[in-house]
Amino acid sequence: MMAEVNEIAVRVHGLSKSFGSVQAVRDIDLAVAQGEIFGLVGPDGAGKTTIMRMLAAVLRPDAGEILVDGVDVVAEAERAKLHLSYMPQRFGLYEDLTIAENIFFYGALFGVPRGERIARSQELLEVAGLLPFRNRLAGQLSGGMKQKLGLICALIHTPRVLLLDEPTTGVDPVSRRDFWAILYNLRESGVTIVLSTAYMDEAERCSRLALLHGGEIRHCDTPQHLKAAMPGALLAIASAHPRDVREAVSGKPGVLGALLMGDRVHVRVDDAGRRIPELRAVVADRGIADAVITPAEPGIEDVFVALLGEEKPHELR
Amino acid sequence: MNIQRLLAMAYKEALQVWRDPRSLAVALLMPLMQMGLLGYGVSLDIKHVPLCVYDQENSQASRSVVDSFTASSWFTISHTISSEAGIRRAMDRGECAAAIVIPVDFSRTLSATGSAPLQAIFDATDVNTTNIAMGYAQGVVAQANAALTARWAASHGAQPSLVGQVDLEPSVWFNETLESRDFIIPGVVAVILALVGAQLTSLTISREWERGTMEQLISTPVTPLEVMFGKLIPYFAIGLLDAAFCLAVAAFWFHVPFHGSVGILFVTTALFDLVVLGIGYLISVRIRNQLGASQVALLLTMLPTTLLSGYTFPIDQMPAAIQVLTYAVYSRYYVTILRAIFLKGSGLTDLWAPILGLVAYAAIIIWLAARAFRKQL
Repeated sequence: MMAEVNEIAVRVHGLSKSFGSVQAVRDIDLAVAQGEIFGLVGPDGAGKTTIMRMLAAVLRPDAGEILVDGVDVVAEAERAKLHLSYMPQRFGLYEDLTIAENIFFYGALFGVPRGERIARSQELLEVAGLLPFRNRLAGQLSGGMKQKLGLICALIHTPRVLLLDEPTTGVDPVSRRDFWAILYNLRESGVTIVLSTAYMDEAERCSRLALLHGGEIRHCDTPQHLKAAMPGALLAIASAHPRDVREAVSGKPGVLGALLMGDRVHVRVDDAGRRIPELRAVVADRGIADAVITPAEPGIEDVFVALLGEEKPHELR
Repeated sequence: MNIQRLLAMAYKEALQVWRDPRSLAVALLMPLMQMGLLGYGVSLDIKHVPLCVYDQENSQASRSVVDSFTASSWFTISHTISSEAGIRRAMDRGECAAAIVIPVDFSRTLSATGSAPLQAIFDATDVNTTNIAMGYAQGVVAQANAALTARWAASHGAQPSLVGQVDLEPSVWFNETLESRDFIIPGVVAVILALVGAQLTSLTISREWERGTMEQLISTPVTPLEVMFGKLIPYFAIGLLDAAFCLAVAAFWFHVPFHGSVGILFVTTALFDLVVLGIGYLISVRIRNQLGASQVALLLTMLPTTLLSGYTFPIDQMPAAIQVLTYAVYSRYYVTILRAIFLKGSGLTDLWAPILGLVAYAAIIIWLAARAFRKQL
């Protein structure tokens, strides 16, 4: 029994929050197992940040229950804060303090003894590759370095649960890769990570995802299961004129959706074998000669759009 | 309260002040500037009032009256004229603020009756200056009177002592040289402390909201009390430092006589410091942007301290309703204490009431401030 309780690191039940007449989060249930990297995915305004803030105990829910590491976040916010760490979407550290000073400050606030603080910050700085910049003001760091610093400050007290609100927004690809390497290491040491993201490639790296829309969780499963649950089959049509292709195939029989993906169009159909020849004819009728149609593996973005319908897919990054 | 978190908070805040040129300027340059500006600029004394003299008689007696005016440093003779119209002209041009007219039969009337009228004319566009100049003129005339009366008595064969001459000898206590500067400068210390203290702290919480650092801060286990006291510690130290500087300038540079106890001065200054810091902090918690917070802080400190503390405008000259209102102005207590310590050397037995007022004020403000900050977005 005890072991089972400990396995669930974050449990959310019936969570709701409104701002005036806008209901930002509606009756959400979640259970995140220890050691998971759990992703909240959804377009802007889906309620990701509001959920993260309530999990971090900086925003009071209107209704519902949150347990982090067995501690009731709503009733015992301050005790819960000892177990978790939160990185807000907007850079929240002091730009007029150096890297080392920021780390030292947050270490002290979390009650990390001085000696341990020094050793641990040394170790974290080394992993993040920030050691040479330790005396640089945080305001003079690049976006990627800032996020890594934020992560170090969040990890200085070895939290059990890490909450990251869009941690890699505005971060260059190399820094993003470094960032994820750190997250994977953390997971191995048993830290539970809940992160929100609007990047679909990032969502694929999570162990489980909650697809959010309009303040509700529409689907929650592993990326693989979500992909498998996608209704229909996916075709990729490559062409020099993807916009024309999308226009041509949209609304044709058996076509459930068409999504522009760079120089290709992802077309979701009810039956791949039957529709490929039909679509070839449709595209050819339009005078598009270079189109190549192949079956494709769906990405999370395809799944998201398929599961949520065509509601505001353009807001996904 | 956790001492490690408290100190970390204080250290962080001190670093931020140190690295913020604007805060540093408020903390260090403002007292220097204000002390110079208010110390030299504000004076209620009026010296060398330009005086126009119309001596119609030009006798020994009339000249001796004029001499009494020249001898005092309150008046400087700007014009000596020979017609009534000249007075009007000089006043219209603003070349003189006062005029005396000595009638043509001045010495005749004087020797016949023992007294003679003398006309004094004042330009009352500046009422305050006029009131003071009139007072000075009466003083000068009284002195001249004494001399003339003595001479008249002697010439009529009476003993001066038998004339029953009454000499008013004014005796001034506690501000012996009658310098209004001695009266004002202790109050300047209160103005500066109120200004600097509330300005700096009004930014401390609003800055965290504005820069987006608050969300991260409240996600830690730091308590509201640790935030408050941690943040106030560096500003408290700056306030005391500024106060020490201003008080030293008052005593050693402006030579305001200091008769009182340094101990009481220190304790009351610390209390006043707490009050203004608490007010600034309260404003900062309520108003989440720096500009707004600093404006409100200015309004709630400078205005009451300069107008209602008795620092320049005497409280007992105010309408009764305003006098009651001044009890709600924290600087009233401190200005009273400062003046009493500096000029009268008052001790605890005389000052317990305003000290108690400060203690009560500090307690209420800190209590309110401690409850104001909530760790919620």
